[in-house]
Amino acid sequence: MQAVGNLTNKLFHKQLRTGSLALQVGPYTYSIQSDLPIVAEGIRALYRDFVLVDPQNFIDYKISIRHGGLLQRLRRQTQFYFDGTRPFAPIPIGQAYAFLEWGMNWCVSLHANEYLKLHAAVVSSERGAIIMPGVPGSGKSTLCAALGLRGWRILSDEHAMLIPGTVNVVPLCRPVSLKNESIEVIQQFSAEAILGPTSQKTHKGRVAHMKADLHADSHNASPLPAAWMIFPRFCPNERQQVTLRRRSDSFILAAYHSFNYSLLCESGFESMEKLINSVACFDLVYHDLNWAVHTVNQLVGHPDNE
Amino acid sequence: MSFLLQQALIDPSAATKMHPRQQGALISQARNSRLLASLAVVLKDSGNMETLPEKMRRHLRSALVIHAKQKMDLNYETDRIRSILRSADENLLLLKGGAYIQAELPVGKGRLITDIDILVSRKNIENVERTLKAAGWEGSQIDDYDDHYYRRWGHEIPPLISHRRGTTLDVHHNILPPTAGPNVDACLLLKDAIEIAPGIFTLSWRDMVIHSATHLFHEGEFHHGLRDLWDLDRMLRDFPDRDPHFWNELLERAERLQLQVSLFHGLNYTHKVFGTPLPAGLLREARDRAQNVAKPIVDFLYLRAFRPDHPDSRLLFTGPALFLLYVRSHYLRMPIYLLLPHLTRKLWKRCFQDDSGAPLGLDNKTGKTANQ
Repeated sequence: MQAVGNLTNKLFHKQLRTGSLALQVGPYTYSIQSDLPIVAEGIRALYRDFVLVDPQNFIDYKISIRHGGLLQRLRRQTQFYFDGTRPFAPIPIGQAYAFLEWGMNWCVSLHANEYLKLHAAVVSSERGAIIMPGVPGSGKSTLCAALGLRGWRILSDEHAMLIPGTVNVVPLCRPVSLKNESIEVIQQFSAEAILGPTSQKTHKGRVAHMKADLHADSHNASPLPAAWMIFPRFCPNERQQVTLRRRSDSFILAAYHSFNYSLLCESGFESMEKLINSVACFDLVYHDLNWAVHTVNQLVGHPDNE
Repeated sequence: MSFLLQQALIDPSAATKMHPRQQGALISQARNSRLLASLAVVLKDSGNMETLPEKMRRHLRSALVIHAKQKMDLNYETDRIRSILRSADENLLLLKGGAYIQAELPVGKGRLITDIDILVSRKNIENVERTLKAAGWEGSQIDDYDDHYYRRWGHEIPPLISHRRGTTLDVHHNILPPTAGPNVDACLLLKDAIEIAPGIFTLSWRDMVIHSATHLFHEGEFHHGLRDLWDLDRMLRDFPDRDPHFWNELLERAERLQLQVSLFHGLNYTHKVFGTPLPAGLLREARDRAQNVAKPIVDFLYLRAFRPDHPDSRLLFTGPALFLLYVRSHYLRMPIYLLLPHLTRKLWKRCFQDDSGAPLGLDNKTGKTANQ
């Protein structure tokens, strides 16, 4: 099986330009088309270990980032395409890479209803998986990146995809999205972090993505059982602590952080109930990443690496 | 000229024989045309679902999940709107998708909806709007120009929205704007309405078909063109069994409503694209009543519109064809002295009040922004 990194530069650019670059991302196959150098640079850096798929195979999500017309070209804007439609407003070229990643998230957020999808980061060790739901700014992505850099396997930075009626999470490993100061925090946290292009002045501020498939099993597609649910909250002025969270609260909060809890009706309720009854739930307030990683390790009985 | 989605809808077993690349494109075309759940229903009912690869089935099942939820929500909203309208002395008459689903017609199976459309009497519409707003439905945030346009030249009030549930309600007093050539007497539609459940009405079968055809050929945007044509096909295969006089009186009814041209187009293109069976001689008679409409150029344009707006299925000149149809739909809606200022204004807004750099739009299905 060939990975993106095995392609020669010339072949890679040709495939990306013509839309024949197809990647396996968790259970889905994406094909990506773009003529923008910044997109090529980002994919080359962050997806180099992703397995290539024959473009003649079944493609789940066919996406494209390119100019929508002359007016956009003059405005230095570009456009995200999905199924040949333009679901979003035009974007400045400098933000194209961030939008590629967001667009790839969007495909799953909107369409894949075979799973109960929580808006959460998921990491795992041999002791089980941790689901970390969180609103933007809660520090879930930063903590997810840090755990990934300390030997945990990152299953997703965005979607915890639960197979209904089980506690099993389907891996969907893609780059971790870091915003504003988190970019430097992670760079200082580990010299191993590989970052893609930085998008300035997006509606979320400055955004860069980190290569997430750092583990030997990163591209293994088998579902893994969730054992913990941790609600992280980054807060510089509060005492760092980890506390047990009531199951009833956790249920409501996790449902609130779900993309399709209400869409799935009874099946959504039953799956969430099963999950919440099977995992231990905690609140984690932190501002120091080293402390947070150490605390998570202790909580689940995982050795500290490095 | 045929495309994958058309092939699979006409003959579901074709989907099982497609190459994996084509199967991916089929899902994509159906999603793009808002026909994914309808395709799922067709494949299921014909017994072809189980022979499809799992990679494909999960997309089809996903769409059925959305349809099931929409159906449940529609049921709830219908119930609420019915009781609100009752206090405004108005019956609930559902149009389009909402009607198809609530009446449990075959055309409603797998039909996805984006909003709820209702028809009320012209003289009571202000009262209805006030009552709905008092009950929690909010007006949409549009500028004064658009608001004025709706009320002065439209056949509906600006959409009402339930922000908590994310539902949009379109309240119409007619099925075509007063500026359009045909002068439809909405009282005729209301008089013939059918009560499908206590206090819930739909148009009669004939009027439903005529309305669907009218909608199709007077709408400027063809994103839903193929979907609307599929609606027509489903109805035309179903209604003659419900009413033995269905065909006899269809053309006459259309003429009475001054919508014989739209009906002819509807019958013609449904038959052309989906092979919908029509009684012998009906199409010819419909054309005679519509008088001189079958121009080759119209065919050229519409056969482009009734394809998924998708890279795999677009034909040469699809872009310009859609643009011409957009202009034509406006031309059909209003006289040129109103049309020119309106289109100029729209173009100006599009070019100079663009939402460049704006955040991604709200996704109306999950209520979450895409970029979390």
